[in-house]
Amino acid sequence: MDYFLTEDQQMIKELAAQIADEKVVPVRAELDEKEEFPWEIMKVLAQSDMFGLFIPEEYGGLGAGALELAIAVEELSRACVGVSTTYAANALGTYPLLLFGSDEQKNKYLPDIASGSRLVAFGLTEANAGSDAAGIQTTATLDGDEWVLNGTKQWITNGGEAEIYTIIAMTDKSKGARGASAFVVEKGTPGFSFGKKEKKMGIRASITSELVFEDCRIPKDNIIGKKGMGFIVAMKTLDHSRTGVGAQGVGVAQGALDEAIKFARERVQFGKPIISIQAVQHMLADMATEVEAARSLVYSVARYVDSGAKDISKVSAMAKLYATDVGMKVTTDAVQVMGGSGYMREYPVEKMMRDAKILQIYEGTNQIQRNVIGQALIKEAASKK
Amino acid sequence: MKIVVCIKQVPDTSEVRINPETNTLIRDGVPSIINPYDLHAIEAAVRIKEEGSANVTVLTMGPPQAEDALREAVSMGADEAVLLTDRAFAGSDTWATAYTLAKAAETIGFDLIICGKQAIDGDTAQVGPEMAEFLNIPHVAYVKNIEKINGGSLIVHRLMGEGHDVVEASLPALLTVVREINEPRLPSLKGKMRAKKVEIKKLSGDDINADGSLLGLNGSPTQVKNIFAPEVKKDRKMLEGSPDEQIESLLSELKTLKCI
Ligand SMILES: Cc1cc2nc3c(=O)[nH]c(=O)nc-3n(C[C@H](O)[C@H](O)[C@H](O)COP(=O)(O)OP(=O)(O)OC[C@H]3O[C@@H](n4cnc5c(N)ncnc54)[C@H](O)[C@@H]3O)c2cc1C
Repeated sequence: MDYFLTEDQQMIKELAAQIADEKVVPVRAELDEKEEFPWEIMKVLAQSDMFGLFIPEEYGGLGAGALELAIAVEELSRACVGVSTTYAANALGTYPLLLFGSDEQKNKYLPDIASGSRLVAFGLTEANAGSDAAGIQTTATLDGDEWVLNGTKQWITNGGEAEIYTIIAMTDKSKGARGASAFVVEKGTPGFSFGKKEKKMGIRASITSELVFEDCRIPKDNIIGKKGMGFIVAMKTLDHSRTGVGAQGVGVAQGALDEAIKFARERVQFGKPIISIQAVQHMLADMATEVEAARSLVYSVARYVDSGAKDISKVSAMAKLYATDVGMKVTTDAVQVMGGSGYMREYPVEKMMRDAKILQIYEGTNQIQRNVIGQALIKEAASKK
Repeated sequence: MKIVVCIKQVPDTSEVRINPETNTLIRDGVPSIINPYDLHAIEAAVRIKEEGSANVTVLTMGPPQAEDALREAVSMGADEAVLLTDRAFAGSDTWATAYTLAKAAETIGFDLIICGKQAIDGDTAQVGPEMAEFLNIPHVAYVKNIEKINGGSLIVHRLMGEGHDVVEASLPALLTVVREINEPRLPSLKGKMRAKKVEIKKLSGDDINADGSLLGLNGSPTQVKNIFAPEVKKDRKMLEGSPDEQIESLLSELKTLKCI
């Protein structure tokens, strides 16, 4: 189908697809098996300017938007969600600086992020604060010209490998959700270390680690936005990044659909290729239809975000919710179409199914997305009366 | 430092078929690619540029659609692109091609010329060394490592059957490179954007002050009389095992055949 991409968007899609097919597909099974961080691929992405896609030109980026990022993420996800998570989490960690950073912070960090020479991570979640992000206990206390950070962040993508961390911490516990602030912390700062590295079901090429802050002192100017704005920074960041998670759902679903079709044409049972069996065709037809629907929604929302619209919470939650549910369903169905072969590690779909599951969980579970959409519906209805 | 990289657009032979009647390649519908060895030549030049300072010009002789190959080279980091195009170039064999490329390189100006080892459609590996002869400059073929370039010379490693030679050559010089030298990068987005807009400089036989009698079919001593596929001999047998066992079976085979 023609998605009416511009010449530049088409070019981004082709290059991302080339990287996915030539550099990711041949190594994805090994990266998964060995739980190995994909540095080689990150270098290729850096050399190809992929890290600069959504960074303004004045900071060395390409000045493109949510749609271009979604297209690149989709293509990488078609090959490996472990790789695309590493790439997309970099964008997640960058949004606080991009959306709320001071000129000094942007000048200091964005050029290195655009060139891919420094990777970024975003630290919000803690042991006792997952869906309930307001429950975070990490604190930042002002002491003279420095903030002193204490606490532990859990399950942070790119933790340990990234050089730059955007962190949400409480600056005034008495104020509840209004008492949080966002900070930028560099790897190597005394008092900042890395704890447990998680062993995961899927996206095993990506790294998920604990961040430990023990009297970690950072300059006063490392606060992002104003004091007390931490949750606004976090929520706006997630509003922007969720379209990208939707794109991961589209990509992994497309990858699984491609494999299922290829297999169904080759596998012969009852004297004919199984693709000629109507029950199989119907499954493939549903899968293909859902992938198109998910892609249309993700692209539409990305275009809406790029229009400069402010009310993007509801639609970006919808894109994330729908496209990642499609990702889970289509990868599961691909395993079904391929039968026992689909269940074996010799074929890529069992990994795709394991990988797809995370998309329904991180950056807000799909239940939380429904909450966001529900809240927006109530607000819209109330404002109409 | 000025580097000229010679590249050739070739049919992707992994997708090519042979016309059984004429024994020529069926090129219709076959995608064109940059000769794979030439990608290594481009990469080598771009790395020299990144490590120090150099201006990289890619040069090709070919039909107008060879522009695509030049643009791809620019998307990988080459600075300028030159297309040698003229009806008079048609029918060139390796000798006439090398002469034409040499005249073009002279016109462009260079300190170093880098070529791929050979082109996958002709497989002769002649053009690079022949060019160096026309230009009367030293050449090193089968280069697998450029160790260093300083002032007026360079030190390179030449791949040999077993191991490699370390060769020093004075500049200007010509190198042909093998796959082992590097892993060619993929294009970058900024490179692709530049490639879209870059001006492709076109040069004709006159522009490079070439002697017309040495161009194209006229200038080509090679004449193709006939093309045929070598006969496949099926009555062959591989003897396996340790050398002693192989000798044993060889002797018994020869005895059965009454050769000894
Ligand atoms: C691999 C991986 C990578 C991650 N990367 C990052 C990262 O880079 N940065 C970061 O900050 N975090 C990261 N996270 C954390 C992730 O965002 C959280 O796991 C997620 O927000 C859910 O929180 P939780 O796991 O604590 O689940 P919980 O909040 O404990 O939820 C458990 C279940 O209860 C449901 N539930 C909870 N509250 C509600 C509610 N109000 N309404 C309806 N249902 C509800 C949930 O939907 C879920 O089904 C990562 C997590 C994983 C697994």
